[in-house]
This record gives sequence, C-alpha cells and structure tokens, in this order.
Amino acid sequence: MKVLYFAWLRERVGLAEEEVAPPAEVVTVADLARWLASQDEAHAHAFDNPAVVRAAIDRRHVKPDSAISGAREVAFFPPMTGG
Amino acid sequence: MFAVRIQREPFDAVAESAALAVGRTDVGAIVTFTGLCRADAGPDGAGLAALTLEHYPGMAEEEIERHVEEARHRWPLTGAIVVHRHGRLEPGDPIVFVATASSHRAAAFAAAEFLMDWLKTSAPFWKKEEPISAARSGGWVEAKASDDAAADRWRE
Repeated sequence: MKVLYFAWLRERVGLAEEEVAPPAEVVTVADLARWLASQDEAHAHAFDNPAVVRAAIDRRHVKPDSAISGAREVAFFPPMTGG
Repeated sequence: MFAVRIQREPFDAVAESAALAVGRTDVGAIVTFTGLCRADAGPDGAGLAALTLEHYPGMAEEEIERHVEEARHRWPLTGAIVVHRHGRLEPGDPIVFVATASSHRAAAFAAAEFLMDWLKTSAPFWKKEEPISAARSGGWVEAKASDDAAADRWRE
C-alpha cells in the first residue's frame, strides 16, 4: 500500500510518500503507525507523539482503530490548519 | 451551481459570487466569506513574511465536497462555491472563499458559517509560517481548540 505524509510528518520522515508492505499482524492504523515508527530513526521521530497524528484511508478521515485491510492509500498528517 | 476548487491562483470574489445568481430568479440571498493571510500572526506575534499552504490533493476537494453535500441536506441552498488556495501567500493575500446562496438569508448565513467551521478543522490543509526576521525560525501552525469547538457546534 501507499503511505503519504504531510506537513511536519513529511519533513520528519523525509519522504512525501512510500510503498510499504507491512506484515499481517499490522491490522489497524495505529498498528501501521507503530510499525512505521520501528523502521528507522526518521519514522520514529515523526510518530513520537501518536496523539497528535491524524490519518486518512483512501482520502477519508479515520480513527486509529480503523482497519487498513484493502486500503490503497493511507495518509498521516498533523491536525489541519487550513481556512 | 455547486463547486469546489483548490488552486494556486488568486480568485475574484465578486465574479465567483455573481455566478451563483446567473440565469436564475429564485436566489434571494448570497453570503460570502473571504479569509485573508494576516501579518500579525507568526511566531510569538513577531510578524509574518508569508504563509505556505500545503494540501492533500484529491482529499482536499473530496472532503470539502462532502461538507457541501451535508450543507445541502441541512439548508435549502440554491448554490455554493468554495475556493481554497495553496502555495506561498503573503499578508493581505486572499486564502479562502466561501459563498452560499439561498432564497432567504438565514440558510445562506448558516451554511456559510457551517462550511467555514468544517473547512478549518477537517479539510486537509496545513499552514507553515515564514517569519519576517531571519533570526526566528518558521514553523507549522498549530491547530486551535477554538476551531474544533466551532465545528463541534454543528454536530447533532
């Protein structure tokens, strides 16, 4: 699946997007964030405070306990500040 | 007419608003809101040279469209236009435009406020500040609890 990062998550990870293939035990959005954080220091820094990270699956807002099965695109970003 | 656009270019608020009444005689009220980049923002209120707006292409349009749909269910709107800019914007530059049209003013006022309140908290845009002083580092604008509270008012 494709993972996208925005704003300071993008800056911390150092990537706007990447293709990932998490293991089967990664079931929810929160699992995915933990698994990504375990990949390297940059990812760990991006996810060091999961409480302030929001997520979307296939361009819809989701909660951390949402299942990622079947997702084409999972995005992580800080709380929004548009308008 | 119902339309949502995300663009780098400036918008013409007068022309956008006028388009909501073209060719129809049932529009009794058009409410417009224009949000501008303010100079008094910035780290510690020290002054802002510019804001850079990042967005999630695709989701930004879809998320605003979902709220326009919800507004149409709540109020008898004859039209609505939302334009949100991205890229680098300087103080005084318009950032966002919302116009709502209805036969009567109450629906148009309420729907415009509803759309702006949701846009602030759920449309995937992020502002990064560029301070006037090079001595200060810019940073990502933090979300405000007051914006969440404004959007929460509309929950049933």
